Formats: sequence, C-alpha cells, structure tokens
Amino acid sequence: MKKRSVFERIAAAPHLLWSAIFIIAPLLFVVYFAFTDREGNFTFENILSLSSYSHTFLMSIGFSLIATAVCFLIGYPLAYCMARMSEKTRNILMIMLMLPMWISLLIRTYSLMALLDNGGIISTFLTSLGFEKLTFIGTDAAVILGMIYDFLPYMVLPIYTTMTKLDRKYLEAAADLGCNNRQTLFRVILPLSMPGVISGVTMVFVPSISTFYISQKLGGGSFDLLGDTIERQFKNAITYHTGAAISLVMMILILISLAVMNKFSDSEEDIIV
Amino acid sequence: MKFLSKFYIGLIFLILYAPILVVIIFSFNSSGSLSSFSGFSLYWYRELFRDGEALKALKNSLFLAVTSSVLATLIGTLAAFSISRSKNKYYKRLAEGVSNIPMMNPDIVTGVSMMLLFVGVGTIIGVSDTLGMWTMLMAHTTFNLPYAILQILPRFRQMDKSLTEAALDLGCTPAQTFFRVELPYIMPGVISGLMMGFTLSLDDFVISHFVSSPDFKTLPLYIYNQTAHEVKFSMYALCTLMIVVILILLIAVNVAGSAGESRQRKKEKKTTGVSK
Repeated sequence: MKKRSVFERIAAAPHLLWSAIFIIAPLLFVVYFAFTDREGNFTFENILSLSSYSHTFLMSIGFSLIATAVCFLIGYPLAYCMARMSEKTRNILMIMLMLPMWISLLIRTYSLMALLDNGGIISTFLTSLGFEKLTFIGTDAAVILGMIYDFLPYMVLPIYTTMTKLDRKYLEAAADLGCNNRQTLFRVILPLSMPGVISGVTMVFVPSISTFYISQKLGGGSFDLLGDTIERQFKNAITYHTGAAISLVMMILILISLAVMNKFSDSEEDIIV
Repeated sequence: MKFLSKFYIGLIFLILYAPILVVIIFSFNSSGSLSSFSGFSLYWYRELFRDGEALKALKNSLFLAVTSSVLATLIGTLAAFSISRSKNKYYKRLAEGVSNIPMMNPDIVTGVSMMLLFVGVGTIIGVSDTLGMWTMLMAHTTFNLPYAILQILPRFRQMDKSLTEAALDLGCTPAQTFFRVELPYIMPGVISGLMMGFTLSLDDFVISHFVSSPDFKTLPLYIYNQTAHEVKFSMYALCTLMIVVILILLIAVNVAGSAGESRQRKKEKKTTGVSK
C-alpha cells in the first residue's frame, strides 16, 4: 500500500502548487501594495487615506443591504411557493431559475438597461400613457434594481434547496400540535431554512457590494460605489496602492460579516455554494 | 392558496425573463429602435458576422473556455482524489479551505489580486506588458478549479472504498486502479466539472477585465467595449447567441445528470433486486 500513498501525495501537488501561486500569492500582493508607497517603503498612508472614501463605503454598504433585504423579501416567498409544487414542475422551475445564473452578468445587466433605457419600451409606454418623460437610468433606484434583478436567483436557490430537504414530518407534527399555516411558517419552516437564508444573503450581499458594472451601466456613469472606485484605481489610475488598500478593507469587511452570520446560524453545515 | 403561489411564481419569473426576452426579440428587429418592433430581419446578425473583431473574440473565448476547463478539471480530479483518500486532516482542511477563497471573495478582488501578481512579477523580471492570453488562461483556470473540485469530490466520497481495495488486491498498480476503476466511476462529476468550467469561462467578465490586454479580448470584454457609449443592436444579436449556447449547455448538463442518475438507479436495482 505504500506505493498508493506516494501516488496520493503526488496527485495533491498540482492543486497545492497552483493555489499557492494563483490564490495565496495574489492576496499577499494586495497586502503588500496596500501597505507600501510608490518607492516600496512601508506605510499606513494608503489605509489612513481611506477616510476620504467613507461616503463611498457607506453608500455601497447601504445599497447592498437594501438590495439584499429586497431579494430576501421577494425570494423567500418564491422559494416557499416553488418548494410546494409537484416534483415535475419543480424540476422545470429549477432549470428556469438557474438559466439566468448561467447567463453572463454583463448580458443580464445590459438587457435590463435595454428595458429601462430612456428610449426603451417602459419609458415609451409610460410617455404614451401621458406620463411625463421620466429618466430612470442614473438614479439610485436603477442601481439597486439592477442588483436585485441580477442577484435574486442567488437568494432563491439556496433557500429553495434547504426547503426541499426539509423533513415533511416536522410540518405534519407542527400541524398536529395545533399550529396554523402562519405559525408553522414562522416557528418551524423559517428557523429550519436559516442555513439557506444565510448562504442566500451572502451570495447577494458579496457581489452587490463589489459590483462596478451595474453602477456603471444603470447609474449612467455618475456613481462611485466601492467597486467603481477600485475599478478606476486599477484601470485608469497610475498607482495601485489606494486600490489595493480599498480591496483589502472590503475583503476584511466581507470576511467579518461572513463570520458574524455563520455565528448566527445554529447549523454546523458549511455554506452551500 | 395554490393559485396565489402559482401567480406569484409566474409574476417573478416574468420579471426575471422580461429583459432577456426584450434583447432576444429586438435582435431580430429590422430597424434600430428600442421601443417599436418594425419587422423580422437578420440584419443585425449579418452585421455581427461581418465584424472581424467579434469573430476574433469568439475564437479567443472558445479557446480559453476549452483550455481552462480542461486544465482545471485535470488538476481538480487529482486534487479531489487525494482530498478524499488522504488521512491527513491538516491537508484536507488546507486544500478545501484554499478552494473556498476564490468562491467567497468578490470577483473584483480576485481579479485585482491576480492583476497585481502578474504586473508585480512582470516588474520583478523586467517585462512591462505581462497581461494577455497566458494571464487570462491562468486566471480562468484558477476560478474554474474550485468548481471542478466541487463537482468531482462528492463522486470520490460516494465511491465504495472496497472497489479500490479489490483492484489493488487483484494486482492493479495505483495508476491502473485510478484509470480503470476510479476514473470511470467519477466520470459524471468530471463531465459536469468540464461543462461548468466551460460556461464560467465563457461568461466571465469581471476577472477577465483586470487580467486581459486590449489585444486579447473575449466575447464579454468585446461586448463591454462596444456598449460603453451607445446601444448597439449587433450586440443584442451576440447576446442572443450566447444565451442560446448557455441554454443548450444547461439542458445538456441536466439531461446528462438525470440520465446518469437513472442509469445508476437501474444498476442498483439490478444488484440489490429491490425495486423502488
């Protein structure tokens, strides 16, 4: 059996090597750039200068919190309704839910823009009804709507998955013990589907807080969310140090919120991806 | 209640699909209007195929999707093999933890960090324009890798260990055991890992945005450039084509998955003699 264990060790090598070079080393580079100046001297300047971006941080966090909350309010009932359908319908709905997740974010955002554009269907329709010409692109609501539209399936899928795995016996027991539908929902189903909710919240919050494409397209180029700021620092600016500092702080913020959320869920289960 | 939930599902799915349908319908519009459909035509598709840059981007995208998904699946299969077989707790935790990083990190951080790596290493070895095809290949392989492992690892875990032991007892070398016994068993996972990597790579915009150069563009990057300042209807045609390809792939994965499952169920039925 000794040969076998040698084989196992060799098989592990490419993955570990690849991860060290392309996952760990890049993160070290982010840390390095965040704490050095142009000459390569150690400095806290980049991190301290982030106080001038506090508005960006607050706006990004606010926008993503709203988007996540709305996704939950729309998505939870949707997952609940889907889980109650017959198995055949459920399988079709599942594919229909996954298709938008597989279509590039870029294409979906671009499609939403086509619908909401100032010369697009909705605005033409509203104008023909006699409403005043309203511009939607470039408003806060458009950016938040973009986040909701793009990431809603990521909220529904994990919640739906935990709901279909729910043991029906719990629901029957609740009904037998005198719970009405509403009590069963709030006292049994909701707590039991918490792991799904938590991974859904993460999967909406993380891409929302870091997006730059949605705010660029639907915000009409007038928005400075965290993602936009990072993108501009790296694509246009000559220095990477501030961008690296913002990325680092954002990453730490996300890690902290992930840890806090995992604390709240009783389940030992890992996040379903 | 039943009616209400059907209505709700219908409504949300309608909203979810409306923008996509608008793009698909207006890609066949004979005029360049976003609000009125003046007649069916393939004008924008012809326009698209006349565009040499679009075809080049398509070639780049296909090349990247194939190479990065194959490479990621290769590395991922080996990794899943040793993660499932290893008795070393620390190695398992390390390997799975490191796989989680790109899945948990926002794409922009993954993109930016890789850009810093490539530019940083470029500065150290004295090359100024490191970004291009090779950096794209490395980045795409990196973000495909965790998904490949995620698809293949459960197959290894489900596999009955006595199969492997039997093969080894009967005189197979470890390599023979791997190729003749284990690989066929995990094949469904390998195939879905490949398909998933292919789509992820085809779709990716954010990470590619940071590690590419202007002379190596993929389809999403090309769409991004073309739509930066104006609405372009040939891009609607391109989006439609990409949606159709993704739809076909998604259906193929589901059909392959359910066919594999039912075949396995049949096999189980045969061996245990229990019918469900």
